[in-house]
Amino acid sequence: MQDYFSLFGLPERYALDSGQLEAAYRKVQAQVHPDRFAHRPEGERRVAMQWATLANEAYRALRNPLTRGRYLLSRRGTEIDAERNTAMSPAFLMQQMEWREAVEDAQGDAVALADLLDRMQEEEQAMFQQLGRQLDVSDDSAGAAETVRRLMFIERLRSEIEDAMAV
Amino acid sequence: MALLQLSEPGETPEPHQHRRAVGIDLGTTNSLVATVRHSLPECLVGDECGILLPSVVRYLSGGEVIVGSRAAAEQAADSRNTIASVKRLMGRGLADTEPALRARYDLVDTGGMVRINTVAGQVTPVEVSAEILRVLRERAEASLGGDLVGAVITVPAYFDDAQRQATKDAARLAGINVLRLLNEPTAAAIAYGLDNAAEGVYAVYDLGGGTLDCSILKLSRGVFEVMATSGDSALGGDDFDQALADWLAHEVGEGDVASRGIMVEARRVKEVLTRESETVARVPLAGGGVRELPVSAAFFQALTRSLVERTLNPIRKALRDASVKTDDVQAVVMVGGATRMPHVRAAVEEFFKREPFTDIDPDKVVAIGAAIQANILAGNRRAGEDWLLLDVTPLSLGLETMGGLVEKIIPRNSTIPTAKAQEFTTYRDGQTAMAIHVVQGERELVSDCRSLARFELRDIPPLVAGAARIRVTFQVDADGLLSVSAREQSTGIEAGVTVKPSYGLSDDEVTAMLKAGFEHAGEDMHARALREQQVEAERLIEATHVAMREDADLLDANEKTAIESSIAALQALAAGNDAQAVKAGVEALSQATADFAARRMDKAIRQALAGNRIDNLPV
Repeated sequence: MQDYFSLFGLPERYALDSGQLEAAYRKVQAQVHPDRFAHRPEGERRVAMQWATLANEAYRALRNPLTRGRYLLSRRGTEIDAERNTAMSPAFLMQQMEWREAVEDAQGDAVALADLLDRMQEEEQAMFQQLGRQLDVSDDSAGAAETVRRLMFIERLRSEIEDAMAV
Repeated sequence: MALLQLSEPGETPEPHQHRRAVGIDLGTTNSLVATVRHSLPECLVGDECGILLPSVVRYLSGGEVIVGSRAAAEQAADSRNTIASVKRLMGRGLADTEPALRARYDLVDTGGMVRINTVAGQVTPVEVSAEILRVLRERAEASLGGDLVGAVITVPAYFDDAQRQATKDAARLAGINVLRLLNEPTAAAIAYGLDNAAEGVYAVYDLGGGTLDCSILKLSRGVFEVMATSGDSALGGDDFDQALADWLAHEVGEGDVASRGIMVEARRVKEVLTRESETVARVPLAGGGVRELPVSAAFFQALTRSLVERTLNPIRKALRDASVKTDDVQAVVMVGGATRMPHVRAAVEEFFKREPFTDIDPDKVVAIGAAIQANILAGNRRAGEDWLLLDVTPLSLGLETMGGLVEKIIPRNSTIPTAKAQEFTTYRDGQTAMAIHVVQGERELVSDCRSLARFELRDIPPLVAGAARIRVTFQVDADGLLSVSAREQSTGIEAGVTVKPSYGLSDDEVTAMLKAGFEHAGEDMHARALREQQVEAERLIEATHVAMREDADLLDANEKTAIESSIAALQALAAGNDAQAVKAGVEALSQATADFAARRMDKAIRQALAGNRIDNLPV
């Protein structure tokens, strides 16, 4: 099967115009979606389902900057392997602990939680930029993998904050 | 069908080749069928009672089955054998059913999907639904003057896999080719969206007789994209009737009421109070006669306020999942007969701070949307009629892991079709089989989720423990139905998969029911199967010829010869009378053209993406 970028006719890089991605996704789905083949022979219906599945998978992976980064890294032979590879800089580990404590302290305090969420989002944006530089400019796969692992941590924390806010 | 069709997939070749297709709204309370004729959707009228067919099936001791208003009329008199609201039993075990239904019918616990004891014997909810669908199919065939190529059947968006599969099985029993299972709120959005040509974010609030759905959709440039869906598959207008019936019974004295008739009366009173501010309930008594009780609309609304409140939770959840705020919603569509209740409308209006759309009859809007979709799926797409529907799976799919925990594999609100592959290994030397338990739901414990099915993998090559790498693919198709396939990675051997649905019928059971149905109707099942396979063979050969002519450049001489010989082989088989052999021939030709089909798909994508740039040039 095809790689996600060439499926949508896009250059294989981190920087991406989300409008262009969406337009390409829709063009592709308009060609391959099973609804287009509902009256066709079974073999064609099956092929359509596989392509539409691929298009959905590709779109989901490329739309989100974190999964896009992971996908690019796997294309370059670097798997993230987050469960086993937890080595991170001591400074980031310290930072993690501080954030965790802050989230615990803010339980039930909507304003403090919203503040934290803003901080996480800022942090995330900065890391996405860094990830872009590491992948598109300096070709630093090891560094990018570390950034991806940090982002995964931030994402988890962010969803915890969102859950706490929803209560 | 001697004509060759030289057209793009999905476009009508000739106007006179209009294919007969319908949309069916298989509702808890009423069902209806609609079609697109002369480019306009319309609901089809039955011979007895207009458009709405009451979803009521009565079984008589002689084996006769009565469907619709004649059955509904006997609901109070013969309630045990007169099945209403069967939709609430589809794909459900006894423990999942509401006490009111358990009291009304003689339900049988089978461990899997519940069955119903009637005077005509035990029936499954699938068979009861099939009776309703059969009447609608016959209505459509009479009205359109011939066999249908297929139907789009609507289901609540929040239906789980077992409920969807049960619906599809019912259609099969009723002799209907299902073009697609379509989510009800999505169908409503199609009916409205195409009418109003609107762009933006829509919310659909669909309160039917037994189910509630809420979907958030984005409409732009001909694409209907469902962003999130949520709901409650056991909350609907019936619960308002029940609340009122309970209150009436309490007022009259529990022992004195005729428990059957009271539900019918409660529904009547509810409907009157939709239009009037007060009325008199005539509660049938157990010993005969009636007791009259005045009921005001204000009182009924207060009595059911908590139900209305409950219906708002799924809206909140869907909005959150879609990352959309109420201000972002441009229009709210109301669907389902229960949205006629003024306090339901008022609550939704208050929630969104905008007046909901109600221009299309809420009883018809789903069937109309389904008919529009069916028309397209059957291949009646007109040039320029270019829109696409992207729907989602309502519930997360997960696997049971150690300690009764769930590992999510496909999150809810994933655009379908979607798939996820997962690798498993053996834990014993020489192990050749393993079982995978698939559940549906959002909770972390298997016991809190809904068991979907156990998939048993067989034919795993015997290797030392941990050496086999079995890649299992979980595929959710465009109907929202799950299928599982497995392959051992090092040997490439395909593992056999046996499905044991937790609350559904096995393939064998459906086949046996089909067979019994054919025998009952005095029809020959083999003759029917042969005819179906021959039609499929003809269709495939024709499609392959067209493809070879259109894209001759994608095949080399060897491939061309191989495909031609497969065609010849299939033609020979189709001339015989062995349905299984024709089926094998169809499969063989499909295999032979699989690569070619993939290349054609790729070419179509390239052209579409290239067209993208040309379109953007200033004119």
